Amino acid sequence: MQKSVSIKDLSLSFGAVNVLENLNLDIGDGEFLVLLGSSGCGKSTLLNCIAGLLEPTGGQIFIKNKNVTWEEPKDRGIGMVFQSYALYPQMTVEKNLSFGLQVAKMPRPEIDKRIARAAEILQIGPLLKRKPSELSGGQRQRVAIGRALVRDVDVFLFDEPLSNLDAKLRSELRVEIKRLHQSLRNTMIYVTHDQIEALTLADRIAIMKSGVIQQLADPNTIYNAPRNMFVAGFIGSPSMNFLRGEIAGRDGHPVFVTNGVEFALDGYGASEALQPGRKVVLGVRPEHVAVNAEGAETHQATVDIEEPMGADNLLWLKHAGHTLSVRVGGARRFAPGTAVKLSFDMGLASLFDAGTEERI
Amino acid sequence: MSDSVALKSAPAAASKAEPWGAKPRRALSGRNIMLYGTLIVAALYYLLPLYVMIVTSLKGMPEIRLGNIFSPPLEITFEPWAKAWASACTGLNCDGLSRGFWNSVRITVPSTLISILVASVNGYALANWKFRGADIFFTILIVGAFIPYQVMIYPIVIVLREMGIYGTLTGLVIVHTIFGMPILTLLFRNYFSALPEELFKAARIDGAGFWQIYLRIMLPMSLPIFVVAMILQITGIWNDFLFGVVFTRPEVYPMTVQLNNIVNSVQGVKEYNVNMAATLLTGAVPLIVYFVSGRLFVRGIAAGAVKG
Repeated sequence: MQKSVSIKDLSLSFGAVNVLENLNLDIGDGEFLVLLGSSGCGKSTLLNCIAGLLEPTGGQIFIKNKNVTWEEPKDRGIGMVFQSYALYPQMTVEKNLSFGLQVAKMPRPEIDKRIARAAEILQIGPLLKRKPSELSGGQRQRVAIGRALVRDVDVFLFDEPLSNLDAKLRSELRVEIKRLHQSLRNTMIYVTHDQIEALTLADRIAIMKSGVIQQLADPNTIYNAPRNMFVAGFIGSPSMNFLRGEIAGRDGHPVFVTNGVEFALDGYGASEALQPGRKVVLGVRPEHVAVNAEGAETHQATVDIEEPMGADNLLWLKHAGHTLSVRVGGARRFAPGTAVKLSFDMGLASLFDAGTEERI
Repeated sequence: MSDSVALKSAPAAASKAEPWGAKPRRALSGRNIMLYGTLIVAALYYLLPLYVMIVTSLKGMPEIRLGNIFSPPLEITFEPWAKAWASACTGLNCDGLSRGFWNSVRITVPSTLISILVASVNGYALANWKFRGADIFFTILIVGAFIPYQVMIYPIVIVLREMGIYGTLTGLVIVHTIFGMPILTLLFRNYFSALPEELFKAARIDGAGFWQIYLRIMLPMSLPIFVVAMILQITGIWNDFLFGVVFTRPEVYPMTVQLNNIVNSVQGVKEYNVNMAATLLTGAVPLIVYFVSGRLFVRGIAAGAVKG
């Protein structure tokens, strides 16, 4: 894949605090990459470095194979969309869109052409003469995207663009950003703390914690084969069930033992041999626990709480000293106190080393 | 549940659409009498001297000698105002305050404009372009605001003398500009810091430079703080007496210094009516500035304090 943005050994520190340390990241041409993490993990800092708004302490940034580490933001071929929209309040929408082009001394007919195109793509034609204060949040963010669009850039940078919007608008605009990416095929780097946005939009997700990329993979891999317990716990709602225990051998097969209960590990694709006695953590997503399934290895559990959520029904089960969250179909109702049988889909479970918290 | 409560409290005869609940408080309650009484007394306390000044300035000297300082003038005369403006004597000059007025205008206008222009750029640079040593620079500037003026007067006299502008309006304008710098820079820096940082970032991505961002993005959003700075500077410089008397010569004395010379003249009869008129004339400019832009002033102070 042709590289669009390439980050080599990037470091950034504010005083004694290292926000980013020797970070490496390659982003393909036309790729939609999401930087995901909780606040303070360095994802916005990384984006600001790519944009040229922060000077890195060390390392290099390449965009389209050109070293832009010390270039001004305007010379990097990037457009940026901010969480707070950052529209110039005293200018009309049209002026907001044309400001950067005027600064670049572009001829007027070309400016008009580009604004017309952006207005058509984003359906903001009727708003061109309005001031930002006369727009709704969703309209403002459309204009902010338009401002990046008219600059005809190689790389779009989004800094939590939907976080200031209400839930309904957020999902609408999310779809629009995806559509925009499908039609434009530009490289997009998108910072968010919202895992739904990450899973729905991304070609690849980079999950960050304390300035380090924990896992860089497509959404499916991130969800089903998290590389460590942080990634496993960060993605998914409700989060993955973690059961602490150890490996034991039974008739030559490894089994997982927790609080005196055994689970066969048949079907789990371990990347290394499972030595008996090893302390491990078994991670199972709520939808990978089957309730009252036929023919599987089953264990007794009791329904503690039931949370009907419409399409799904979320059960909190008591089992061998653990509380497990389990997702079942919305039609399957269980009264609290009901005894049920549960079984795990080991093919989709995750096993982590209890010490390193890395996937086995 | 809430329905039954409503039925109990509302009068049985009243229809449901009518408002009910506690009666509105009476306008003439004990609390209000205390409140407005205090306010009126405080207002009178401050307005009474002004009243005395105005009525005295409209009386002739014979009427003043009767001693009834609170009584309104029996015979209104604008003679004292005319004399204060055009022919009251200070030292050898007998052309009244008019000379001082124009001197003050020539001092205040350039000092205000230059100090605000420089301080706004300072504040903008300190808030948005975090250059190396910005914090130290800012600290030094702020410390400057706390050094008593009196300490610096003699050194400045020497500096101005060496520059050959001691005793001139230019020298005084420079002094006012420099002394306004710490507080104005602080004001502008805090205002620009409170503007969303992302606007500045967006402008940089759009390719605007230092001056383009200042002129086209920041300035149009900063009217309130410019009004605040203008009011502070106009009133401060207009009311200044110390720098005026130290750094200028009698021909270019500002209005305040001339007022003092008229009022404190020890020769001849004390013309209270002329003194009052002269004082009111001198105070008129800051008063008018406050009245015209007071609302913007309050808004600017609030805008600087609350993050937008």
